Amino acid sequence: MTVSTDLDRRFRDAADREGLVDVAYDLADSPVGELLVAATDRGLCRIAYRPDDALEELAGDFGVRVLRVPRRVDDIRRELDEYFEGRRREFDLEVDLSPVGSFHREALHELARVPYGQVTTYGALAAKVGHPKAARAIGGAMNRNPIPIVLPCHRVVGANGKLVGYAGGLERKELLLRLEGALL
Amino acid sequence: MMEATVTIPPFERFYAEHRDEVYGLLARRLGRQRAEDAFQETFLRALRAYPSLRHGEYLRAWVLTIARNIAVDAFRRERPAAELEEQVELPKRPAYAELEHLTEALPPTERAAVVLRYAYDMPYSAIGAALGSSEDAARQAASAGVRRLRRKETT
Repeated sequence: MTVSTDLDRRFRDAADREGLVDVAYDLADSPVGELLVAATDRGLCRIAYRPDDALEELAGDFGVRVLRVPRRVDDIRRELDEYFEGRRREFDLEVDLSPVGSFHREALHELARVPYGQVTTYGALAAKVGHPKAARAIGGAMNRNPIPIVLPCHRVVGANGKLVGYAGGLERKELLLRLEGALL
Repeated sequence: MMEATVTIPPFERFYAEHRDEVYGLLARRLGRQRAEDAFQETFLRALRAYPSLRHGEYLRAWVLTIARNIAVDAFRRERPAAELEEQVELPKRPAYAELEHLTEALPPTERAAVVLRYAYDMPYSAIGAALGSSEDAARQAASAGVRRLRRKETT
């Protein structure tokens, strides 16, 4: 016997209302494919290009009570839509980076300051964090960015200006940079 | 012998896997209308206890036990004098099959506590959630059940 959509939604909302959810998520359509968008009480904690693998990762990072609760990520989805429509250049979202180590977190904070439509290099970002020789480590930190798009690791390129790499695939990186007008 | 520990799945996967069966069980026992409240209560209880689970085995048995207990309570509230048939729908496995036979004569709560504890190796906090009571009450129900079984054995 199948649970009705209405009953299913009521359970999800009740679970959220009672504060029993460690991580609430939903799927969102976007020009770079379907995204999984997830939030804890502290804020946006994950944007995943591969939704299928993300649930286990979220459970490991934030707790096993991972539940799809669409209305909990409404704000995030709306800001992403605006971004993809070219109507938003900065995100006004709280983020939860609690599982991220200190070097990684510093790199992500510095990354968040790279403006819309501009690019920087791994080396330059390393210098900003105070470790000018750590370009490779910065590359690793970008590769493990839990909140791509909002924390704009697509704006970091190689010293020669090549796109180099992107955890979501170079096609996505290129598309995001074109959207922002950084690649002409 | 302990079996290899199965990781606890993210709640969404557990919920998606069992929701239809749980709803089916509740609808058969309570009718569709009343099954809706019971459904919500079942998964809320499961969600409350979920972080206290120690492994991901027998989750189906666990959630069906929660659902059955909620159905029994709802049924009793409506028809206090009615005879209840306690159907057990736990999957068969050797440890349980044996316990099922041995525990037949126990009251439903003690039986559920004994089976979940000793056949499924669940922590008392999760059993408490399944029975709609506390960790302590679950521990007491299990030990009362075991005492009752011992008395039965020696007579």
